[in-house]
Amino acid sequence: MSEPQVIQMYAAREQIYPREAKGRYATWRWVCLWLTQLAFYGLPWLSWNGRQALLFDLTTRKFYIFGVVLWPQDFIYLAALLIICAYLLFLVTAIAGRVWCGFACPQTVYTEIFMWVERKIEGTRSARMALDKQGPSLRKTAKKTTKHLAWGAIALWTGFTFVGYFTPIKELAHEVSTLNFGPWEWFWVLFYSLATYGNAGWLREQVCKYMCPYARFQSAMFDQDTLIVSYDAKRGEPRGALNKRAASGDAQLGACIDCSLCVQVCPTGIDIRKGLQYECIGCAACVDACNSVMDKIKRPRGLVRYSTDHALANNFDSKQIRRRAMRPRVLIYTAILALITIAVCSSLFLRTPLKLDVIRDRGSLGREVEDGMIENVYRLQIMNTSEQRQTYRITVDGLPGLTLLTRDEVTVEPTETLAWPIRLRAPHGVGEKGSNKIGIALTSLADASLHVHEKAVFFVPR
Amino acid sequence: MSDFTSEFWNIYIIVLSLLGIIGCGVLLYSQSKIKVAPGAPADGTTGHVWDDDLKELNTPMPRWWMWLFYITIVFALAYLFLYPGLGTYAGKLGWKSTGQYEEELKKAEADYGPLFNKYLRQDLKTVAADPQALAIGQRLFLTYCAQCHGSDARGNKGFPNLTDRDWLYGGEPDVIKTTILHGRNGQMPPMGAALGSETDIENVAHYVLSLSGSTADPIKSVLGKSKFGACMACHGVDGKGNQQLGAPNLTDKIWLYGGSADTIMETIRKGRNNTMPAFGEFLGESKVHVLSAYVWSLSNPQPAAK
Repeated sequence: MSEPQVIQMYAAREQIYPREAKGRYATWRWVCLWLTQLAFYGLPWLSWNGRQALLFDLTTRKFYIFGVVLWPQDFIYLAALLIICAYLLFLVTAIAGRVWCGFACPQTVYTEIFMWVERKIEGTRSARMALDKQGPSLRKTAKKTTKHLAWGAIALWTGFTFVGYFTPIKELAHEVSTLNFGPWEWFWVLFYSLATYGNAGWLREQVCKYMCPYARFQSAMFDQDTLIVSYDAKRGEPRGALNKRAASGDAQLGACIDCSLCVQVCPTGIDIRKGLQYECIGCAACVDACNSVMDKIKRPRGLVRYSTDHALANNFDSKQIRRRAMRPRVLIYTAILALITIAVCSSLFLRTPLKLDVIRDRGSLGREVEDGMIENVYRLQIMNTSEQRQTYRITVDGLPGLTLLTRDEVTVEPTETLAWPIRLRAPHGVGEKGSNKIGIALTSLADASLHVHEKAVFFVPR
Repeated sequence: MSDFTSEFWNIYIIVLSLLGIIGCGVLLYSQSKIKVAPGAPADGTTGHVWDDDLKELNTPMPRWWMWLFYITIVFALAYLFLYPGLGTYAGKLGWKSTGQYEEELKKAEADYGPLFNKYLRQDLKTVAADPQALAIGQRLFLTYCAQCHGSDARGNKGFPNLTDRDWLYGGEPDVIKTTILHGRNGQMPPMGAALGSETDIENVAHYVLSLSGSTADPIKSVLGKSKFGACMACHGVDGKGNQQLGAPNLTDKIWLYGGSADTIMETIRKGRNNTMPAFGEFLGESKVHVLSAYVWSLSNPQPAAK
């Protein structure tokens, strides 16, 4: 009687040692890497009008973006930004697959940086594999320690920069020298550092395979005209190693010499020759690798290339592929994206840096004063979202003879909110018993275009 | 009632919580590997077969994911040990929502206390001349007082106007502070029975109207004057009121409940009972101090504050 078989429901991870790929797409990835990281690490250091140009101040709930100050009331812009990002992702994915994943996603970019460090310290793919196989030694310990220290330094710098978007980075830099962070600054610097170190150093492709939701739903945007990294099986098969070619007859074999370089460079450890797989992040490292091999054996490039399912099946040339990119799905995504972008930009451009809420006194609906005149009391919640001190004139309309009894000018400090009680009076007999629609307006004395008009209700007691 | 006093539900909750957590651990362990009959083909399935030929493909999760599940179990147990959650067990750290609230109050007191204490040491009229103090006072007023007295402090029926110079209990800064600190309870007893008939009430009402020079029936007011003796104990011989008692001055045209003959008759007939709540314990003296200065400044505009 033999023992029952045991099936593991949780598999141990197989370590991937990606070989360095060089070529056109690797260069593009480094360009994207430099652009995104210069922006990420650099932007918080810029100044604008004597303050940090990009600062999301959570304590006072003011979000400074260059010349614009957004308040929690402007939350819609964040929603709009996310919608724009989502449609941009849909559009790009429909046209060219997971290029975001392969070239600009922080997970890819930081992994690329961390792998570069790893290569500099531990050496090439084979050197790394050998190092991991050998037993403990002084040399191994030294290399591993150096690598983790370097990773840690990059991670800490990243965490520090991240927190610098929420608390003034120059003050934060000053606090670094004394390690005088507040408890939340400590938490977020360390948390974000740990996340960078863990994701880019250890988890890598596991994030894309098991954690990232976008990776999974992007396949819904794919169709047969989407550019994907693909292996041209018609040209490549049957495979044959270079040294056996003479024996088996070169003419009967395809272009693939089965060198397995495309597998070795793959950061997610797949074999692209098996076709499109969910693990593929579209980084095109295998394209670079295969092209370099084709150059060496003097065959045309493009055995592994960006192509579409339709193109592979019907031998389309690049012009035909491009023409087929203009399909309804792409056009609809583009139209929606353009519409939302234009709407958001114009609304952001036309927006008035002044907000007004009219709050009626709830205790008293309307009070009758001398000669039967009616008084109503309101509280104006005036939000000056500009960065200048503003004086506003208060005007009222909507009922004949409606007058403002309190001061008609009010000054609000930059980015301040002021609660300002006002008293309105209507002559006897004006308006219906009950609620009457009126308007209360604020106009800046300095700039008449700075104007808001709010609806309110004037109550005449029955 | 025994539901709330017996230990049963306490133990019930503890047992249920712990069994749930331990159950998760057992399930996780038992499902992390499965045994299949010897000799079954290794075809990458879990070995389950349904409906003759339906097999479940085994696509294993990464093992670190399984450890995350175990970590959540450890976390849950540690949490239940440190914080309240297991029945009535209070947790090792003794955390309470009320405790957290009190700590936040203490922190706010440490942050803002010095500012308020600075004003507390100043004379009320000095505070009333400080624009910053008035701005704070206004915010306090809008938060705590405006519900009754209105955002503009001009009051409403039954709630006095604070911007005029007519005061029920006195308008000196210290008196205002006493009013806010300890509250007031104004009582006008029902005088209907004491005065006699409905006609007597009407006559007294007209006399009261005549005191402030309002339109009143001259005959009724003369008749009412003879009955006004019942009111003098509080409102005084001349009807000018008594701030010791909070009895309003009847000779001005300011009426807390309305100045028509009908309203005054109702007041006489049924009396009035009015309460200003005490804010001393709730706000603390230093905030009341700033608030008093603001209220006083409403009827005594300061040149500095415009």
